[in-house]
Amino acid sequence: MALNINNINKSFEGLQALNDITFSVREGELFGLIGPDGSGKTTLFRVITTLLLPDRGEVNLFGLDVLKNYKKVRQLVGYMAGRFSLYHDLTVEENLKFYATVFGTTVEENYDLIKDVYCQIEPFKTRKAGKLSGGMKQKLALSCALIHKPRLLVLDEPTTGVDAVSRKEFWDMLKRLQKKGITILVSTPYMDEASLCDRVGLIQKGNLLSVNKPENIIAEYQRELLSVSSDNLYKLVNDLRNDEDTHSAFLFGHSVHLTRKDRQASAKQVIKYLKDKGHERIYVKVIKPEIEDCFMDLMHEEDEI
Amino acid sequence: MLPIIFIVPIVQLLILVHAATLEMKNIDMYIVDKDLSSTSRGIVQKFESSPFYHINHHSFSMQDAENELKKGNIDIILHIPYGFESELIKGNDSGLQLLIDAINGTAAGLIQSYTQAVLADYNRNIMLKWTSPVIKEKPLSIEITHSFWYNPELNYQTYMVPGILVLLVTLIGMILTSLNLVREKELGTAEQINVTPIRKYHFITGKLFPFWIIALFELAFGLLIGKLIFDIPIVGNLGLLFLFAAVYLFAILGAGLFFSTLASTQQQVMFINFFFMLLFILMSGLFTPVETMPDWARVINIANPMAYFMRVNRMILLKGSGFYDILPEFVSVSIYALIILSLAVWRYRKTV
Repeated sequence: MALNINNINKSFEGLQALNDITFSVREGELFGLIGPDGSGKTTLFRVITTLLLPDRGEVNLFGLDVLKNYKKVRQLVGYMAGRFSLYHDLTVEENLKFYATVFGTTVEENYDLIKDVYCQIEPFKTRKAGKLSGGMKQKLALSCALIHKPRLLVLDEPTTGVDAVSRKEFWDMLKRLQKKGITILVSTPYMDEASLCDRVGLIQKGNLLSVNKPENIIAEYQRELLSVSSDNLYKLVNDLRNDEDTHSAFLFGHSVHLTRKDRQASAKQVIKYLKDKGHERIYVKVIKPEIEDCFMDLMHEEDEI
Repeated sequence: MLPIIFIVPIVQLLILVHAATLEMKNIDMYIVDKDLSSTSRGIVQKFESSPFYHINHHSFSMQDAENELKKGNIDIILHIPYGFESELIKGNDSGLQLLIDAINGTAAGLIQSYTQAVLADYNRNIMLKWTSPVIKEKPLSIEITHSFWYNPELNYQTYMVPGILVLLVTLIGMILTSLNLVREKELGTAEQINVTPIRKYHFITGKLFPFWIIALFELAFGLLIGKLIFDIPIVGNLGLLFLFAAVYLFAILGAGLFFSTLASTQQQVMFINFFFMLLFILMSGLFTPVETMPDWARVINIANPMAYFMRVNRMILLKGSGFYDILPEFVSVSIYALIILSLAVWRYRKTV
């Protein structure tokens, strides 16, 4: 195991940020931590990267206790914070050199590892880091996090605020890094990115809800899922939510994903109900659940408890 | 940023040394001469010929004069009443009236003593003129003469330049250091550094050393300007001055580092800095001498690093004090530096 996390608890002034978190990450795995804003992802990452002391629990990284051997752990971990946190007034090249020096290595020594990422920003290496575009900043931050050849790469929301093309590129880069033997722990608020991970953990309000392979999470989905659309989307969501037979109704693009309490999709009943409510052009279809539906369902159940 | 490092000392020295002076140059005087005698004209002439007074109003109305004073257009009214000279000749007591705008107490005190000096001088002249030739010898009296040591001409610039230099060095040491460190917190670079194996003392040394160099450089640059432009005397040993400054800067950088551990944003740390800078400056003896402060204030001043350097800087530059003369201050500042730096390093944590 690359990373073992046991019963981690952390609270800030009465707010329970992490509640008995336990999971492990296998060596060479791409592990995703999915959760909405404020669910405790960053706090957990700060504990793993020795920035924050937990109230209780232990973290074990490649056989090292993170709390006791924090100095050794820092050599093993590459951390990319959610916010761009390199020196704005240093150039791209200077930042990279600086971090290489701080870790007691050189850019040349580990150039193979970062080449794939760094070559894309190399044309701008004399530019100040603060003046880079969002996507380029992110690539530089990744390069700097990789420069000491870490065994575990911790990425806190690397794709937040990045356009769809860059996001895809970024995930491709992660996949390639994974092939080089680096264990990757990544967090994201985007559920669609979950299917790109080997395993995902769903975190909400400081609780870890489920850890599994994305395909297993879909396989475990028990309900029948309906996609419903009509002429008035907003009214549709509200009407469906007010229906006592409805288990959950979420807006997905231009349609509503609906589950019913009886776990059986009965499209006819839905159509009848909506017609009574005055909807036109009603369209109901049984669909296969995506990973997002599974998460919505898990989170929905957690809310009701 | 680089040009600012050069501009700041030049501007501070040029402006402050000239502006922050206790010499009154332009006293606006209003004269109400109701006597219009040769004596009263003599007095007026005496003031007119003085470079310090600027007589811009004459009238016979005290009402008008007081209105002008209330408006703040003039600093002082000289009122010579009707019959001033005749009373004087008769040998009776004769009086003049001075009305001074005391909005600024310091200025009012200065105006008063200047004016009285002028009047006393004139008074002596009339005494000599009118008393009979037989007893022309002066009555016996003790005359006091004085000379100002270390600054014979009581040149205000000589006094101010060393003070401003202390201000400059402190400003750079304290404010730049603390702002720089808090900026790292704000940008998140401190966090990124914290996940690296870099040691705490490496980081702190790396953050403090540049400002130590810059501040010492500013001191040298400021001294050069002081010498070239204001021709301040440099009597003492410059090596000793820099040795003291080097130790003093440890205390100041330590304070800056300490403040940065108290704040999480640049605004907060700026506020803390202003609070302490203001206390330090006003109690340091830059403008008003420390000796005039009440005892309790002088006790507080033990915790004011600027007061030590202010004293030492003037001692070395103007008086030529040697190492043993400044030893008490040297020891105090060394202890100060040790305490504040240890405190700051202890407070500064890598884990938040």
